[in-house]
Amino acid sequence: MKTIQVYDPPMCCSTGLCGNDIDPALVSFAAMLTQLGQQGVKVERYNLGQQPMAFVQNPTVKALLDQEGVAVLPVILLDGAVHLKGRYLTDAERATLSRAALGESAEVSL
Amino acid sequence: MKLPLYQTDPARTTRYLFFTGKGGVGKTSLACATALKLAEAGRRVLLVCTDPASNLEEVLETKLTNQPTPIASAPGLAALNINPVAAAAAYRERVIGPMRGLLPAAVLRSMEEQLSGSCTVEIAAFDEFSGLIGNPDATKGYDHVVFDTAPTGHTLRLMSLAKAWDQFLDHNTSGTSCLGPLAGLEKQRAVYEGTVKTLADASATTLVLVSRPQLAALREAERTSQELRALGVGNQCLIINGIFETRCPADLTAQALQRRGEAAMEAAKAFIGSLPSFVVPLRPINILGLGGLRVLLDGEMIAASVTELARDWTPPEMESLKALVADLETPGCGVIMTMGKGGVGKTTVAAAIAVMLARRGHAVHLSTTDPAAHVTQTLAGQVNGLTLSKIDPAAETAAYQAEVMHAQSATMDAAGRALLEEDLRSPCTEEIAVFRAFAREVGQGTNSFVVLDTAPTGHTLLLLDASEAYNRELQRQSRSSQPEAVLRLLERLRNPAFTRILLVTLPEATPVHEAAELQEDLRRAHIEPFAWVINQSLLHSGSCDPLLQRREAAEHRYLREVVDEKSTRTAWLPWQPEEPVGPDALAQLASATLQAPML
Repeated sequence: MKTIQVYDPPMCCSTGLCGNDIDPALVSFAAMLTQLGQQGVKVERYNLGQQPMAFVQNPTVKALLDQEGVAVLPVILLDGAVHLKGRYLTDAERATLSRAALGESAEVSL
Repeated sequence: MKLPLYQTDPARTTRYLFFTGKGGVGKTSLACATALKLAEAGRRVLLVCTDPASNLEEVLETKLTNQPTPIASAPGLAALNINPVAAAAAYRERVIGPMRGLLPAAVLRSMEEQLSGSCTVEIAAFDEFSGLIGNPDATKGYDHVVFDTAPTGHTLRLMSLAKAWDQFLDHNTSGTSCLGPLAGLEKQRAVYEGTVKTLADASATTLVLVSRPQLAALREAERTSQELRALGVGNQCLIINGIFETRCPADLTAQALQRRGEAAMEAAKAFIGSLPSFVVPLRPINILGLGGLRVLLDGEMIAASVTELARDWTPPEMESLKALVADLETPGCGVIMTMGKGGVGKTTVAAAIAVMLARRGHAVHLSTTDPAAHVTQTLAGQVNGLTLSKIDPAAETAAYQAEVMHAQSATMDAAGRALLEEDLRSPCTEEIAVFRAFAREVGQGTNSFVVLDTAPTGHTLLLLDASEAYNRELQRQSRSSQPEAVLRLLERLRNPAFTRILLVTLPEATPVHEAAELQEDLRRAHIEPFAWVINQSLLHSGSCDPLLQRREAAEHRYLREVVDEKSTRTAWLPWQPEEPVGPDALAQLASATLQAPML
């Protein structure tokens, strides 16, 4: 089974409710992760405001933060490789990631 | 309505007492007076204060720290001071400190801002309470522990949600987890749970709701009462502080003040009758020293008239609101916002400015958030060039909550939904919902005047600042889903030619200190207020009531403080015997100057 790791910018909460940048894509994304988790995908989600140590401990994420700053977040990793950075997924991209995580398609491109 | 005087009965006082109420109602003074009474009755009492702006050290004539300090002149009484802002800072440091040197400075700064919201301060304060309540050893030498504040319903609900704890403690990081502030907690779950349980134990804890004989303050107390009762904090009583009965029947000011209080109590009588309610008579503002605290509860009479005291003082330079308006109109358009805590008269000041501008021939749009919106109702169709709209915080919040729940709930389990619902009840949610409405209104100020009685909090603005920087860095990517009105908001708010902010306050300690904090937040977001407005001043009221004369004299130091230390320009508005309603009354209020006493 595949692993999705999400490194969020510092947020009060992972729905982004408490920020003033209300991003509906973020809310749908959280819902998608819940669903994938229920279907057996290993989902790890870290919030820079809550679990900063996780960002330091992942060399890929740490390097991105050092080079590009907080603007590089969110970083979404699929099996350890950068799947998307700097924004959340669009509707179509969520479907693609969802299929990839469930192993329904070998070909993944964004 | 005849209610008994508030008195402390040691035999019937619970071990824990929490005083709660909005800023300026006198909860710190009443908590101190109660603690002093209990100590004088032979009890060992620990007084816990959390108000960073309080004059508690002055009142107790003792330097306080975060450890119990005995009060020399009151045997049996010890006090400690928790500064919630400092507690929140310490708390942030527990999260961010270990990251220094490991993450870039800009990243650390953005984390810091995220952990500077009102939720963090609330949770940090609860963390401190829990050390005193959940851990019996901490206070075992005392019969009573008196707090001058209480946890909010939001904090207590968060603490009670098992799901919140599971997510926080197990670092189960999938899906929704919305307890950012909990990450800095340092005690054991059992300690917090013990605290929640003690609060709900009627034989251990009394919640003392402190209010004023004012409708807004009584409504606020009622909301708090219901919210905490629903959480099991059922042992409640109400103190209405500042009941006024004039002994000067010929004094119009005094009579009007008394009538207003009576009308507010009458309007809230169902709530007042629903729990044990007590009154404390109005006192001269300066409750100084232990003697002053005794006066508060013992009802010592004010001796002689102090006419000379009020008359011999020369007030600092202050303008009329009308004089400010003359400068506000120069650009011909733009946004004017009145800011300040609830109950200081933001809506009245905004309405008065809107009327003045419209009467001078400008197109003006007045938008208010006052739920009663009485002032705006009475202006409808009355002034040429003036249009009105209302931001209803409750409706905006409900719409936002519904939007989010609709998008989320289908895919979540019951526990996850409960957590999300609680998130949506956080103080941030209303801030954000109102902020969206606010951004819409500000966008209209490009070719006419827009006058608003609300503004985002400093925290919201700073978050906006952070996200603006974020957007700038990301211009090459198409991340931003924000409407143009929101994207340009900060730039507009920072432009002094476009936006003018008026900080509204009353000439009293707590409102002045709260407005000063607001000013500091604005400055951190690089926004400079245009002027301060001191509202409801009794100066030159001509009152012959000795108590009102004393209160007038007590204003002096706060008028000085604002003019000399806080503001670059200050407008002054007199206390009005009748609430100013309609365009003429508002214009008259705005024209009032110190040179022409009201009576």
